Amino acid sequence: MALISIEELYKSFGNFRVLQDINLEVEKGDFVTIFGPNGAGKTTLIKILATLVSPTRGSVVVNGFDVREKPIDVRRSIGVISHDTYLYHELTAVENLRFYGQMYEIDHIEERIRDVISRVGLAHRGNHRVGTFSRGMKQRLSIARAILHNPVILLLDEPYTGLDQHASAIFDKIMQQLGTEHITRIMISHDIERGLKLCNRAFILNNGSFVNEAMRDKISSIEEYRGVYEHLVTGE
Amino acid sequence: MIVNHALHIAYKDLKTEFRTKQMLNSMIIFSLLVIIIFSFSFADFLTDQDLITMVAPGILWISFLFAGMLGLSRSFAGEKEEGCLDGLKLCPCERTSLFQGKVVSSTVLMFIMELFTIPLFIILFDYTITGIPLLVLVILLGTLGFMFVGTLLSALTVNTRTREILLPVLIFPVLIPVIISSVTATSKILTGVGFANITEEIQILVIYDIIFFIVAQLVFEYVIED
Repeated sequence: MALISIEELYKSFGNFRVLQDINLEVEKGDFVTIFGPNGAGKTTLIKILATLVSPTRGSVVVNGFDVREKPIDVRRSIGVISHDTYLYHELTAVENLRFYGQMYEIDHIEERIRDVISRVGLAHRGNHRVGTFSRGMKQRLSIARAILHNPVILLLDEPYTGLDQHASAIFDKIMQQLGTEHITRIMISHDIERGLKLCNRAFILNNGSFVNEAMRDKISSIEEYRGVYEHLVTGE
Repeated sequence: MIVNHALHIAYKDLKTEFRTKQMLNSMIIFSLLVIIIFSFSFADFLTDQDLITMVAPGILWISFLFAGMLGLSRSFAGEKEEGCLDGLKLCPCERTSLFQGKVVSSTVLMFIMELFTIPLFIILFDYTITGIPLLVLVILLGTLGFMFVGTLLSALTVNTRTREILLPVLIFPVLIPVIISSVTATSKILTGVGFANITEEIQILVIYDIIFFIVAQLVFEYVIED
């Protein structure tokens, strides 16, 4: 059984249709990247998977739980990393993680905090206020926040926004480490090169529908895929 | 469990607030300024106890509610920075715990502001208050009513660009029963009457608080959704 199963998903805000006829199955350990231009519906799709937005029609099942019927169980199964870090500037790194740990009712919370904060290389800054962190450090702490409760699925919404090359490289390394733990990841991105580097399946979303699906190992080059993307999105 | 989550949210809010004291300082200073300005405006009438007894309760509640508005408008707006509101909505708990946590933290801040305001009010308006427990009861019920409605409307307006303007415009018409009952009860307490004389106002406040607490629990999930 697929870890994420989306069937006939439609989403509209009033009369404005955002997603239509979306079907997707994601297996355990998959890294799926969804590319698409602004306004294609990528963020709405991630928000539906994260239970932040309700679908208008269709079925969305995450880790065996329907997003409408069992939203709390879905939230327990997922971690979300976005361009927003969801961190409080006035609290220290450890205090931020402790707060989220309490909200997720994590057992042995201090031990878990020590573990995740070391993994993202911020143990030495644990007692510093997040407001003093660089953008890259905040994003690394955001990863620690997202994996704190051992989610089986990570949803990544434009996680590279605002990161410099060094911070992006660190981010990639952590993502690859998570891959060895068979955490399923769905990322939305504009960055074709970076997105293809990490994933094993790639989708192109345009005007609310998937217009292309490809296995990573069938894509011969980034340039070729970029050409396909340009053709499908801009018609050129 | 809902209560646990709410308390974690309230503790987090108060911890961040006590580190910066941005909201608390503004609320206290604003409230004290209102009392001082009104005491100067009515300086010529301060010896006329009957007149002061008529207007002073209104002044006290104006200072409470206007200063409280400052805190309320930041209650959810502060969570928009770094997308923290989404972070809270992603937590595996009932969304009503977010409402309850915000009510607790905002109420604590409002009580602290009121603790600073009341002594200055008593000094400047030269009062000898005999019914302190009754006054505390009325302030408690009035503040809770304000917080239940205010927190709900603060969540409702958080995604609007004009939230600072929209919130007071929406909140004060809904608060009319609380304002009238609180001012009337406070006025009676200041004249030295007992509990028996303010039961009507207390009943209205209790019923209002219960109704809006229940309504907020029922609709908050929809109010907070994107």
